[in-house]
Amino acid sequence: QKVSVEVLDHLEHLALVDFRDSEGVERLQKAIQFADQLHEVNTDGVEPMDSVLEDRCLYLREDDVTEGNCSKDLLENAREKVEEYFVAPPGNIPLPKLEERDTFLQGS
Amino acid sequence: AMLRASLRQVSAALKEGRVTPTELCQRCLALIKSTKFLNAYITVAEETALKQAEESEERYKRGQPLGILDGIPVAVKDNFNTAGIETTCASNMLKGYISPYNATVVQKLLDQGAVLLGKTNLDEFAMGSGSTDGVFGPVRNPWSYSKQYKENSVPKSHSEDEESNWVITGGSSGGSAAAVSSFTCFAALGSDTGGSTRNPAAHCGVVGLKPSYGLISRHGLIPLVNSMDVPGILTRCVDDAAVLLGSLAGHDPKDSTTIQDDFKPFELPNLTDVSELSIGIPKEYHAPGLSSEILALWSKAADLFKNAGAKVVEVSLPHTRYSIVCYHVLCTAEVASNMARFDGLEYGHRSDKKESTESMYAATRREGFNDVVRGRILSGNYFLLKENYEKYFVKAQKVRRLIANDFVKVFRSGVDILLAPTTLSDAAPYTEFIQEDNRTRSAQDDILTQAANMAGLPAINVPTALSERGLPVGLQFIGRSFQEKQLLTVAKWFEKQVQFPMIQLEEVKRHDSSVFQHQKSASFS
Repeated sequence: QKVSVEVLDHLEHLALVDFRDSEGVERLQKAIQFADQLHEVNTDGVEPMDSVLEDRCLYLREDDVTEGNCSKDLLENAREKVEEYFVAPPGNIPLPKLEERDTFLQGS
Repeated sequence: AMLRASLRQVSAALKEGRVTPTELCQRCLALIKSTKFLNAYITVAEETALKQAEESEERYKRGQPLGILDGIPVAVKDNFNTAGIETTCASNMLKGYISPYNATVVQKLLDQGAVLLGKTNLDEFAMGSGSTDGVFGPVRNPWSYSKQYKENSVPKSHSEDEESNWVITGGSSGGSAAAVSSFTCFAALGSDTGGSTRNPAAHCGVVGLKPSYGLISRHGLIPLVNSMDVPGILTRCVDDAAVLLGSLAGHDPKDSTTIQDDFKPFELPNLTDVSELSIGIPKEYHAPGLSSEILALWSKAADLFKNAGAKVVEVSLPHTRYSIVCYHVLCTAEVASNMARFDGLEYGHRSDKKESTESMYAATRREGFNDVVRGRILSGNYFLLKENYEKYFVKAQKVRRLIANDFVKVFRSGVDILLAPTTLSDAAPYTEFIQEDNRTRSAQDDILTQAANMAGLPAINVPTALSERGLPVGLQFIGRSFQEKQLLTVAKWFEKQVQFPMIQLEEVKRHDSSVFQHQKSASFS
């Protein structure tokens, strides 16, 4: 079954990355088909595995400040900044709706 | 000839004053220049390398070298952060990004006096198995220019054919593998998430070690799959890999996924008696597409152990064929998450679009990522959708446990080490390799290497023999978690038995390029 245009649009929105063209969509279809092979495996009673180190405790350090004061270094790589702030365009403006958007999905 | 020595040999030479760190550094830099056509390096840090070499020389003069790595030229894959040096991950997204810090493994190398020559080329964001999909172009396998390949490749090479006949390095740490293979450095760091260190090691005829997950710090390694990534070690012999391992392994407070057990660096014993050893041959690694040549080599290797008195048994890892599918889901899911940090705000490429945060992010990512990266992000997001989460992501996590358990069962049954091929065939010509897309290729090529990452086990590629085409073929050993000493001891024994030939690189005469200057000091004769 093919992925619906609504889901494709939803994915582009979630990922903030575009499929670019029908090849991109084909790629997703093939990826899903490939992943479907997982369902051949019987996993009854099997717990999901998050990490191969699940039997160990992660290292937790003391809550002491040991480094920092490097805002100058960190700001070096940002293109838009003002004093010690990273500058972003306005935030609460949603991406245009599917019909108005400039992706290839429009018209399919 | 000094450049062809092993790390330990050249370290001894430095200590005895037979060569100085600055001489060594200069020779490596010259060789990098004359092998530029390999495209193994993205950034050559000439000035800082020479400075490090000078400092090393001072220490040797005072009789106070920092250790075996002092003055040794090394290279680092361009997905490790290196302070003051551009770190690109071969992506437009990070072009111009100058790391503000050193990855822990880089810091460790520098603290021991190693000389960082530069950053090596890779597939974009380490996604790929050819080192062909980065923005700086593909890496060429040095063996493409070897006497061994030229004498055995079809058609007989003339200078024009040479251009189209070159073979890939494998990936994604192809630049690092090519750098070590072409003698421009004595060791290189790669990364291994699905086989990215062992695969190019096999194709380039070098030793590629994937350590146990949790042994070496990932702090500063730009992450792909947090639960599987490990820094990889590429060297020309197993003893050298043990040296690197000794200087890199151990708990790092900056990476809480490193285990807290005490790590003691070790020297490898010269194993003479293998009668106590039990070698497992996983039958499912006789995968579809495995070349008959490699199958024969694998069989020969098993016999080698048998004839030497070891116990060699066929074992089964029944879920092997699902490991690639499982990896595909888990990898894309973690990638979707890890790539979310690239939005143009704090570092990296930023689009000029300023209507809204979202449109700026979307445009930045559209401009910064290649098709492969974008494809994986989108697939990952699909598998993580609420309606798909249980069906795909959690399901894959369950299959992961089954795969890991397969190994546990086999090791519990008395097997010490597994022996398997690393790749399905020798290196493909570039023109052939690019006919299939990245995902297909990765799925095909990762089949033999991926499960070790799934289970977090250590694995090492040892160059074994040359194929009919004159190209390297390697076999891999997979060991128990954190049993690197045993793994490397066996690998070293095997290496000694097979006596893999040295690459005979010929002087490459290029008629067109005036940039390429033949330098006496950099010729291979």
